[in-house]
Amino acid sequence: MYFDSFNALLTMDGHGAFVWSAYLITTLVIAAILVAPGRRRKKFLRQLAGELKRSRGGPNSSKEEA
Amino acid sequence: MWSFFHKLGSPPWLYSISGVILRWLLPITLVALAVGLAWSLLFTAPDFRQGNSYRIIYIHVPAAVVALAGYYVMAIAGAINLIWKMKMADVAMRSAASVGAALTFIALITGAIWGKPTWGTWWVWDARITSMLILLFLYLGVIALYEAFDNKEAAGKACAVLCLVGMVNIPIIYKSVDWWYSLHQPASIKFTGDSTIDTSMLYPLLLMIVSFYALFTCCLLMNMRAELLQRGARTSWVKKLALAGKSV
Amino acid sequence: MNPPGSLQFCARLLRRQLVLAVRRPIEIGNPLLFFAMVVALFPLGLGPAPDQLAGFAPGILWIIALLSNLLTSDAVFRSDFEDGSLEQLLLAPQPLFISVLAYIGAHWLITGLLLALVSPVFALMLNLPGSAVGTLVLTLLLGTGVLSLVGCIGAALTVGLKRGGMLISLLILPLYMPVLIFGSAAVKAAVTGVPAGPYLAILGAMLCLAIALAPLAIAAGLRISIDA
Repeated sequence: MYFDSFNALLTMDGHGAFVWSAYLITTLVIAAILVAPGRRRKKFLRQLAGELKRSRGGPNSSKEEA
Repeated sequence: MWSFFHKLGSPPWLYSISGVILRWLLPITLVALAVGLAWSLLFTAPDFRQGNSYRIIYIHVPAAVVALAGYYVMAIAGAINLIWKMKMADVAMRSAASVGAALTFIALITGAIWGKPTWGTWWVWDARITSMLILLFLYLGVIALYEAFDNKEAAGKACAVLCLVGMVNIPIIYKSVDWWYSLHQPASIKFTGDSTIDTSMLYPLLLMIVSFYALFTCCLLMNMRAELLQRGARTSWVKKLALAGKSV
Repeated sequence: MNPPGSLQFCARLLRRQLVLAVRRPIEIGNPLLFFAMVVALFPLGLGPAPDQLAGFAPGILWIIALLSNLLTSDAVFRSDFEDGSLEQLLLAPQPLFISVLAYIGAHWLITGLLLALVSPVFALMLNLPGSAVGTLVLTLLLGTGVLSLVGCIGAALTVGLKRGGMLISLLILPLYMPVLIFGSAAVKAAVTGVPAGPYLAILGAMLCLAIALAPLAIAAGLRISIDA
């Protein structure tokens, strides 16, 4: 560890704000791009399931395309 | 061998195989990123001249490298769609655009934040940052063109042409900006320090670069999965998946 | 009746485009007026101090040339697309690569060439030293050629879109940047007395590359837009 104390880790000889803001923004963006597609997929499947269940028994419910 | 390409053109096959890949790739990526970030923050020495802000290199450089590679992935995918009309390639191109734009954004922001303690200003028009900015414009242009078309098949082809034009231009743009910067800035301040990089700094950097590549692949596959489902909303395999209830 | 050869066809198309343009002189005058008015904007915004203006003049002149070119690029294929002539062009036996050069050539003759010839007047207004004016005209002649070629790529990709508008600017401005860098650098070199030859050579090389490759992209873009 190159830092003696937690305080030293936070301030990093005055550069702490820059390093931490860069790392935090990066982590946030990475988290966003990892989570967003999964949520989009699940949301779509949920909505499609709902639509299909609502239209079940209707005239078009047995039409399928490959 | 051709059956592999034939399978590649089948959305349900791609969907299931990407699910299998992600099951082990995603945890590995997360671990690699966590280890890399911790290593660079806590276990690497600060730079002699730049001090602790040098640590930003461990995110800026990997993000920039993968953002640039991502453009080529996008362009090649677009070309495959244009030449062989493989719709999966079109899906890959559109997904790569979003992920690449996000990574370029990270590279830009970290570059700007790095510039402040190093050179005193929030934004420095140096060669690399300016090239990154232009790369972001190129990515956003592709996304804008795709969204402007109503006919999505034409959108994919038009974006493929645009990506190829951009691909030819990227070396020209990079060299022009590099040369332009050297013209206006006689003092050669290299962004990444000395050309000979110490091994204690090299290994975490390499780990971060590899993790970012893995991150790009994961996000690309996940975006492709979502896109495949949305495009196949009327097909039986998607309907079956939706009704099955579990969203794996 | 024999169909005309490719070059003959191209020449006829070029003549047609020029005749059409000349029938609406205001459309030729518009970019030049734009150029003049934006030249006036810079002293208004930056202050009239002659040395300052002279220092920025190469860049200012080049940026305005770029923007004028951008404004006119959008309309290159639009009217022919709307009345169906473009579709006929795609069905013609002559290769699209050559036919497209006619559109680009006409565009350059109407915008780039005129801009380059008129630029000494505006260079004077911005206090550009006389020694650099010749270089300015040369760089504009070469550079606007590249700008026309690249601009038509954007036009071909967006011609079918209803809400094109700003989109073409987003697409082609990044591609314009290397031309801007070397064009203004050449003029700046001429101002300081350094030979501008190398920069002009690079601009020439860009022009050659653009002539060789841009028509391919434009032809592809036109086919995609029409099929859509």
